[in-house]
Amino acid sequence: MAAISREEVAHLARLSRLAVTEEELDTFAGQLDVILQAVAQVGEVAAADIPPTSHSVPLTNIFREDVVTPCLTPQEVLSGAPDAEDQRFRVPRILSEDVAS
Amino acid sequence: MTTTLPAYDEVVARYEPVIGLETHVELGTNTKMFCGCPTDFGGEPNTRVCPVCLGLPGSLPVANKAAIEAIIRIGLALNCSIARWCRFARKNYFYPDMPKNFQISQYDEPICVDGYLDVEVGGETVRIEIERVHLEEDTGKTLHVGGATGRIHGATESLVDYNRAGIPLVEIVTKPIAGTGVLAPDVAKAYVAELRDVIRTLGVSDVRMEEGSLRCDVNTSLNLPGQEWGTRTETKNVNSLRSVERAVRSEMLRQASVLDAGGRITQETRHFHEDTGDTTPGRSKETATDYRYFPEPDLVPIAPDPAWVAELKAALPELPRVHRRRLQEQWGLSDLDMQSVLNAGAVELIEATVAAGTTPAAARKWWLGELSRRANESGVELADIGATPAQVAELQGLVDAGKLNDKMARTVLEGVVDGEGSPTQIMTSRGLEVVSDTGALTVAVDEAIAANPGIADKIRSGKVAAAGALVGAVMKTTRGQADAKTVRELILERLGVQG
Repeated sequence: MAAISREEVAHLARLSRLAVTEEELDTFAGQLDVILQAVAQVGEVAAADIPPTSHSVPLTNIFREDVVTPCLTPQEVLSGAPDAEDQRFRVPRILSEDVAS
Repeated sequence: MTTTLPAYDEVVARYEPVIGLETHVELGTNTKMFCGCPTDFGGEPNTRVCPVCLGLPGSLPVANKAAIEAIIRIGLALNCSIARWCRFARKNYFYPDMPKNFQISQYDEPICVDGYLDVEVGGETVRIEIERVHLEEDTGKTLHVGGATGRIHGATESLVDYNRAGIPLVEIVTKPIAGTGVLAPDVAKAYVAELRDVIRTLGVSDVRMEEGSLRCDVNTSLNLPGQEWGTRTETKNVNSLRSVERAVRSEMLRQASVLDAGGRITQETRHFHEDTGDTTPGRSKETATDYRYFPEPDLVPIAPDPAWVAELKAALPELPRVHRRRLQEQWGLSDLDMQSVLNAGAVELIEATVAAGTTPAAARKWWLGELSRRANESGVELADIGATPAQVAELQGLVDAGKLNDKMARTVLEGVVDGEGSPTQIMTSRGLEVVSDTGALTVAVDEAIAANPGIADKIRSGKVAAAGALVGAVMKTTRGQADAKTVRELILERLGVQG
């Protein structure tokens, strides 16, 4: 059985705002399936005594002191923006999108 | 909508409310959560931004130790357990308020869990259970242009300022609060007020609702007695303590009217409107949110050293509840009197006024009297009324020195609230000083006696109480600028009567 369905790929594409054609959906579903199957093999090897990890190095508590460092200038900040207005990034209208909080 | 809402008493007689509060607090650290950009409020757009908070390729976040310490202190003050090990998580979403397309937050491993906060409501203690306290980064500010009202609906484009993006934000989530019945709106308000006081006492945020450093979302549902909890709505945009109470109340009324009509409550986000006091539907959650949380790969886990946590716990300041009990004793107030001070949001104001040299009784009189009345009239918090404890102390000082009588002091206080200056300045500019010149007063007293021979005779014959009429006459000629007590003494003296 495939590890990822065509519908799931379409859903992910929508969440990522990627315009994916019908043919591409088939292609990517196949490619992603191969990747997921490969990852699943690692899961088979992992025994109960091996905890899941999110980092390759066992470090904790890397902090920085609360000291101000220089920022970019607004010109630098906006230099990569497709569009700007009033020293702000200008983006197309937003509607019925979800907002984090 | 023109539906008539049921009366609040009827609603609580038929339904049981369950509320829940989600509060966001911007920490007052010098720098952002994961980079060294400053966090000061009100800078020019996009001037507190660097590659890290812009999410530019190759940049890496590093957690701010002061923010970690602050949230652990908040957790301890809220009686939470502090995780021995936890991680940040990426919350993925596509919205331009974050330039990275994700927000660094915490998901299933919050740093503080299972706490509580006791709040006083109507003389009773209600224990609000805290589900979790976690750390995340604040988002940027979007300005919607092209629409008729500056709101997102109808906007043609949005302008984004990322100064706020990345400021450490603490999210405090309560467990559902059931069983408070008629008091639900008051409990919600009391909780946010107490939480604000705790956090302010810790000194980790200025917790100013109007500046957005304390923000609150209110969940509300209704159910029939003995039945399962109802579908809840989440009300956002609740930006003052008073609004917290109003939002719960108005949502209870709205839901009751829907349920009464045989309708069903939709699980949705609603927006609170300060002007009308009601809520309107926001984004519908018909498409289930899919944030694809995963452990943040660019940050290492946090494992607070238990010794460090113990040290932070030992160093917690006196918390508001304990502090208030001590003040109540010092001020010699009954539980009821203390409750009215609390309800008015006047504890700190009175405390500061007393610290500036005023007696507790006088400080309480001004803050609970004139100033509370003005605050109610204009619908603002007492603390935002425009008069400071120092000004109130100065005003009382003028009264104590005999320069202002009570009536004049109230007039001066009006001026202070209206921003006319300090009490002394207003006293001068409005020409409001007690006529202490005995010569001028004596003339006025003699005139009053001459004009009212009948009353004067009564007083001479021992009816001292009749002096009130003459005092009134003198106050009239001096346009209220005399000290009534002095006038009375002077009248009796001129008539040769012993007071």
